[in-house]
Amino acid sequence: MSKIYYLPSHEYIIVDGNEGRIGISEFAAKELGTVTYVDMPEEGDEVVAGEEFGAVESRKAASDLFSPVSGEVLEVNEELADNPRLINNAPLEAWIIKVKIADPAQLNDLMDDAAYAEFCKNQH
Amino acid sequence: MSDNKYLPHSEADIAAMLQRCGAKDVDDLFDDVPAELRLKEPYKLPEPMSDAELELFFRQIGRQNKTMTIFAGGGFYHHYTPRAVTSLLSRSEFLTAYTPYQPEISQGTLQYIFEYQTMMCKLTGMDVSNASMYDGSTATAEAVVMAVNASRRKRRVLISATLAPAVARVIGTYATAAGIIIEVIPEDRGVTNRSELNEMIKAGDVAAVVVASPNWYGIVEDFAGIADLCHANKALFIVNAHASALGVLRTPAEWGADIACGEAQSLGMPLNYGGPGLGYMCCTRELMRKMPGRIVGATTDAHGRRTFVLTLQAREQHIRRQKATSNICSNQGIMTLHAAAYLGLMGDKGLAEVNRLGFDAAHALAQGLCETGKVKMAYPNQPFLNEFVIETMPPLSSDKILDAAAKDNILAGIKLTDNQLLVAATEMCSPEDVKRYVELVKAI
Amino acid sequence: MNKKLYSPLIFELSNAGSKGFSLPHYDYGKINDTLPDNLLRTSPANLPEVDEPTLVRHYTNSSNNNFGVDTGFYPLGSCTMKYNPKINEAAVELAQVANLHPAQPADTVQGALKIYRTLEKALCEIGGMSEFTLNPFAGAHGEYTGLMVIRAYHQSRADEARRKVLVPDSAHGTNPASAAMAGFDIVEVKSLADGTVDLDDLSSKLGDDVAAMMMTNPNTVGMFEKNIPAIAKAVHQAGALLYYDGANLNPMLGIARPGDMGFDVMHINLHKTFSTPHGGGGPGAGPVGVRAGLEQFLPNPRVTVDANGKLSVEMNSTAFGQISAWLGNFTVLIKALAYILNMGAEGLSKAGKLATLNANYIMHSLRDLFKLPIDGPCKHEFVFDGLADKSTGVTTLHVAKALLDHGFHAPTIYFPLLFHESLMIEPTETESKRTLDEFIEVMRNIALEASSNPDKIKNAPYETPVSHPDEDSAALKPILTYMDLCTTTL
Repeated sequence: MSKIYYLPSHEYIIVDGNEGRIGISEFAAKELGTVTYVDMPEEGDEVVAGEEFGAVESRKAASDLFSPVSGEVLEVNEELADNPRLINNAPLEAWIIKVKIADPAQLNDLMDDAAYAEFCKNQH
Repeated sequence: MSDNKYLPHSEADIAAMLQRCGAKDVDDLFDDVPAELRLKEPYKLPEPMSDAELELFFRQIGRQNKTMTIFAGGGFYHHYTPRAVTSLLSRSEFLTAYTPYQPEISQGTLQYIFEYQTMMCKLTGMDVSNASMYDGSTATAEAVVMAVNASRRKRRVLISATLAPAVARVIGTYATAAGIIIEVIPEDRGVTNRSELNEMIKAGDVAAVVVASPNWYGIVEDFAGIADLCHANKALFIVNAHASALGVLRTPAEWGADIACGEAQSLGMPLNYGGPGLGYMCCTRELMRKMPGRIVGATTDAHGRRTFVLTLQAREQHIRRQKATSNICSNQGIMTLHAAAYLGLMGDKGLAEVNRLGFDAAHALAQGLCETGKVKMAYPNQPFLNEFVIETMPPLSSDKILDAAAKDNILAGIKLTDNQLLVAATEMCSPEDVKRYVELVKAI
Repeated sequence: MNKKLYSPLIFELSNAGSKGFSLPHYDYGKINDTLPDNLLRTSPANLPEVDEPTLVRHYTNSSNNNFGVDTGFYPLGSCTMKYNPKINEAAVELAQVANLHPAQPADTVQGALKIYRTLEKALCEIGGMSEFTLNPFAGAHGEYTGLMVIRAYHQSRADEARRKVLVPDSAHGTNPASAAMAGFDIVEVKSLADGTVDLDDLSSKLGDDVAAMMMTNPNTVGMFEKNIPAIAKAVHQAGALLYYDGANLNPMLGIARPGDMGFDVMHINLHKTFSTPHGGGGPGAGPVGVRAGLEQFLPNPRVTVDANGKLSVEMNSTAFGQISAWLGNFTVLIKALAYILNMGAEGLSKAGKLATLNANYIMHSLRDLFKLPIDGPCKHEFVFDGLADKSTGVTTLHVAKALLDHGFHAPTIYFPLLFHESLMIEPTETESKRTLDEFIEVMRNIALEASSNPDKIKNAPYETPVSHPDEDSAALKPILTYMDLCTTTL
């Protein structure tokens, strides 16, 4: 059974065993508008919890992507290269990278679904 | 209040406006400026000049500038400026326009930038061009920064010793600040030393290699194999090339470059004592999103009409702030219209002819000078287009040539050393001018 | 401006065999050399082939789809789109620089160097600075240059731990971008509700790791930073320098000088305050001034004068480096000098005041219909946070686009980042009351129509050569050259 966690910067991680799919939340996708480009790391890169690993761009905005956990990038979503709008269509399905979670304890520092929903309510 | 023709306000206007603002005097609007900061007395500037006096002032200034027959280049070349181009550049619909952020009322500017981008891609053979950089030196420096950013964490950049010194110095400035290590690839008889390059690149951590065509000495270098070497070492290959010369010379794309950049003043822009010229930057499609500066793209409007807009703006400072690909905002703007109109008029044939005239003039001059027996080619047997280095034989010196030529109103070149002179020729140097130059050297 | 779109590209006017150039048929005699084939391009560039009349008509027609200061009013905040006097262009001609090579010996370019020196002295007087370099090509290039001076200053004192540059959250985007290029880490300083710098936040961020604080004054919401003496004192006590972004210098003309406010380094946008044309994006010029004690760090090359008044171009070993091959966008310098000499101290001082009056006049004429987040007399510009009536769904973008139908350029929108619906207006002093009244009327009508018929405003513009370009597609599938156009369907 997969579980979803969020960062205050609106990235999610859907955890499946020791793997996680990282993307941006519905809230963030809506704020950003039509996504025109996703700057992604390469397979095999290491990401670090709380640090930047890429960016999502819309026509007139750009937002850095921060990783919820540390670990190795197992896969990047190549589909987004040709069709970044998938993020707008279904943000939770349009994951950006898949990582091997190095330290599951880091998940404890993240918000769960309910906490994130509450958090979004307080965003302007 | 206003007796100035640029300030349209009558006393009555000012009174009415103040009333709406709830102020008695214009000075009331500055109540928030602390008294201790206020200007105590008017600026110490000359009394205002009327238009007639202003014209006289600049006419007198003009008399203190001497127009010479120019046999100097060094990155700035004296080419003919077609009057049609001058005339178009003075159109105030273009000249007084702001950056085309509102495409609905800026199609004129956006169209010519799109044409310019296309023509630069045709000249360099590259996939994409931006809407200009400041000059050739900053374009090359920004190309270096771009390559390092694209490389993810590589820190070394190798630049050929045959780059123009000013370009190398500007690269040095930008690199120091960005924590990039610049290393100079030594030269060998006026060209990039390939075995040194091989060794240097093998030491690893190289983000890019930068070369110039034609190089500082005017030599057209053979870059075959450099791109492969770079790519095998996951480094980018940057070619700095004079725009006009690309009408005939092997293009950066044909050499396998990832980024082409340099100065485009040679596209018939007036010398203007060094500016404005036009820095250009082109790259492969792969690197497009790493490129600094504005870019114009095509799309359609609500009625399906072809429309041009500024695009890929998420790279830029007004959106990305400190994470932008560069801080560049204003660029060389209307000079891209100059380039587009010039290249439109010249076409392939005109550009080839300009290059032939420069080639013939420079080679006739080089032959003539060598035949005097007083100078020789500093880099014999190296191919050159319209610029070359001569070496004086004692007792002749660079200064002696420069001084003697100046007396005849000729700028004989750029002094490299006491006995080396960098000499260029263009279609603005007639066969008689060439002959005059040779004769005066003979006569020294 | 012609409202009908003229759309052909020069490539589409190409006619094989047509010719647009005229070159001499010189014969230089027998040339023994040729360039070897391996150094020549292998395929033609395929530039267009057009005759001169075709090309001139092409660009003339295209220019008719363009808006410029000479066609209408730009209420463009932080851009200072004032009138560009025609005599400035004449000054360039008369100064005889078109054929001056930058490598000419000093005695043949005394006129050009005199222009440089005279402008430098005038800017020192206006900025309250000790010396200027006129080499930077643009405002952002000036910022970078100024920050490199600051870097060199700290280095000269072996104080190299200063890695941070403080930037207010209301700053122009170039400020943090320039600081990043100069190798600094950027720390944002918060603004108070009135848009001025939060002194407490500033104090908490100052320290021996701070190299400089960058500011504009008036700031980007058009408010004068009254606390500037206290800010300068705090910054200097921390051992840092204070940088003045001259983008907003216009209203300070004749009122106060950055040098007297405590700024150490500044740049000036000649294409803003000093009336040189924007050229659809450039060329501009961004001279950088420094207070006494920092002159030696200014970039090479420098224009110097000897005891006899002879000017020359020199390289200075204490300079931080070089940021241009030559002396910058020289003709832009000529235009700015012509403007200053034309205006004199009195004219410049009036310009600053009338720019401020114009801004306040618009603000007071529209404040009932637009949301004014910061009250009080503004300087050259002010910011609305969209329409007062938030129920209509009409945004700042819609208002901006609706203006285009009425012969006005849009204001600066969605900047500064302090408000969601920023709409920033800067009229400049060269706009008459009549023009302002027309603009005010149009803005009021837009605001009223936003309530009565919001869809009409949301779908504007209607009468521009193109409308509602699909900018998302432009970014998703970039078509950046005519070759791209030929291989894609729009």
